[in-house]
Amino acid sequence: MDILNALVVLTNFVLIPGLAYGSQIALGALGITLIYSILRFAHFAHGDVMAFGTAFVILGTWGLQAAGISFGPLPTALLALPLGIAVIILYLLLADRLVYRFYRRVKAKPMIFVMASLGVMFVTNGLTRLLMGPGERRFDDGQRFLVSAREFREWTGLAEGLALRSSQVITVVVALIAMGVLFWFLNRTKSGKSMRAYSDNEDLALLSGINPDRVVWITWAIAGTLMVLAGTLYGLDKSFRPFTYFMLLLPFFAAAIVGGLGSPVGAIVGGYVVAFAEMGITYAWRRVFSHLLPADWMPAGLMQALPVDYKFAVTFGILVVVLIFRPTGIFRGKTL
Amino acid sequence: MKKFLLAASVSALTAGAALADEVRIGVLLGFTGPIESLTGHMADGAELAFQEINDAGGILDGQMIVPVRADSGCVDSALAQASAERLITSDGVVAIMGADCSGVTRAVLENVAMATGVPMISPSATSPGFTDFDSGGLFFRTAPSDARQGAILAGIVMERGFETVALTHANNDYGAGLANAFIENFEEMGGTVTVVVPHEEARGDYTAEVGTLSAAGGDALVILGYPDGGGSTLRTAWELGAFDQFFIPDGMFGDDLIASVGEALEGTVGTLPWAVGEGPDRFHAMAEEAGFAGESSFTRESYDAAALLALAAQAAGEATPAGIAANILRVANAPGEEILPGDLARGLQILAEGGEINYVGATNVELIGQGEAAGTYREYVVEDGQFVTVQFH
Repeated sequence: MDILNALVVLTNFVLIPGLAYGSQIALGALGITLIYSILRFAHFAHGDVMAFGTAFVILGTWGLQAAGISFGPLPTALLALPLGIAVIILYLLLADRLVYRFYRRVKAKPMIFVMASLGVMFVTNGLTRLLMGPGERRFDDGQRFLVSAREFREWTGLAEGLALRSSQVITVVVALIAMGVLFWFLNRTKSGKSMRAYSDNEDLALLSGINPDRVVWITWAIAGTLMVLAGTLYGLDKSFRPFTYFMLLLPFFAAAIVGGLGSPVGAIVGGYVVAFAEMGITYAWRRVFSHLLPADWMPAGLMQALPVDYKFAVTFGILVVVLIFRPTGIFRGKTL
Repeated sequence: MKKFLLAASVSALTAGAALADEVRIGVLLGFTGPIESLTGHMADGAELAFQEINDAGGILDGQMIVPVRADSGCVDSALAQASAERLITSDGVVAIMGADCSGVTRAVLENVAMATGVPMISPSATSPGFTDFDSGGLFFRTAPSDARQGAILAGIVMERGFETVALTHANNDYGAGLANAFIENFEEMGGTVTVVVPHEEARGDYTAEVGTLSAAGGDALVILGYPDGGGSTLRTAWELGAFDQFFIPDGMFGDDLIASVGEALEGTVGTLPWAVGEGPDRFHAMAEEAGFAGESSFTRESYDAAALLALAAQAAGEATPAGIAANILRVANAPGEEILPGDLARGLQILAEGGEINYVGATNVELIGQGEAAGTYREYVVEDGQFVTVQFH
């Protein structure tokens, strides 16, 4: 019984939130890693483009709600996803045409690309605030809980509660589907193979007749889709606020680098590593151990490695350790 | 370009000319930031007082009061100081109604107001830190100190039978000051605070904070913050089943909180500076007529702060920073004829004739110590999505 209680506490406060957060980071890191390996630069506008796309999903959700259309127990925002994805793909292609294409033509150094994407980031940042304002927006509707903490306690008779929100399940399911489709596309389709060829060796790929513009377009389209998915899922699960989306840039890059830049599997693994490290290291383990240890063995403290404020420090810490000891990341990606 | 310059200089000249028969007073509030949902009503409250005075013919033989709004950002000291400097040097205000949140108010007071000698009346800076701070007679507030709110909230928690609580506070002057006052009083009454976790505003996720609070345990959770971060913390704590009972202070009060937190708020108990009697009743009627929410937090205090500045200028016989600063306590406290909201014209007339007034206003103003409100508090509980008054302290 006590072990069960300990497990429930751990699941409630670390495993479920960590799994949902990890999936959101993994989707973001996948986009970063794709852009890095094919377009060959670190895309700093990722978080803000994500916010911009989510803003359109929210507008679409409001429109659908106003028209009286709902998705039953599922959030209406899922129906508005195509709108957000379409707008963001157009936006990214426009950004590519106006900004990045020029630097690609003159074969600019990666650092110049990064600075250009920083500029795109500031512009997008402003556009999002013009469109939605800087404040917090909640746009989740439908059934909020699959299992609520109080119901769980009543059903099981356990001392601890367990909450499972539908947005957390949706996050994990949608993320898994998106990852599956992406791997199928990269490994099984002709376009996917041409992207991997272009990523491995640009000159060789051009010689064998691959159209570079097409590869660039497809990359932006996939990255844009992943961004809007990650942004919408994060917003459904937590809340939408342009500033928090911008702050997600750090865990995204940490996940992509930890997993190995350029490796899609690495980005996913990295996402979960970063999420569980952030959660686990700043979690106060006292409650879990109070169910496992005899009362007189319990230490007085909270059994917390770092206070909650240091969440971002954990991410930085992982990044530094990986860059020192294994700069290629877990899955032998490229170095920055 | 020449035409533009000409136009600009002409308008600058006319603005200079207009200064002669108008008095500018700054309204420095956080129109952006964590309490942006409150500040619109607060500014309306202040401007209602100025409007009432202007309708009665202004102060000092017909000088009209022109309010100038500026943004304090609530948590952005750099922005607040820049706005205050603009108000004083560029707009030429003689006094400031503001700022709002304690941290930025302290920054503006120390770095701008005290350097230029411009008096400030804050309607909502409630940090206990101001009580002992020597501002050289420039700082006043119509909101009572949190030292008192902390004591009252601790008493309410204890009275309701919660002897061990976990506590989280907004990581700023307001949250930390109120937390200290609460803990000191609660422990004196024999209660235990199991853990104190500061939280930041504008985070996406508060699961980790709630995890720590829950690990330390407690019968109830005290959240000393704002509707934004504090509200998200409350909702997360309730959804994860970590706590069932919550206690909140004035900073969390607001209809936005009910809208964003929903059913998790049911049964939550809190405190809010409040006044009962003819003054507040009259003010609420006036606010309703003017079309804004007079019952919103600190709106009454804003009206009173604005009215005090104007009355002090009248009492001084000159609309200068030094004159206003020297006369605020004189118009705010007894002796003299009691002045309620809507009576400002009469107050001005009495002062013009050399008489004394005792401004009562919308919050039964009585400034104690160096110039802070004594204050009464309302204890409320959330029932069926409404704030219901329990009693007054």
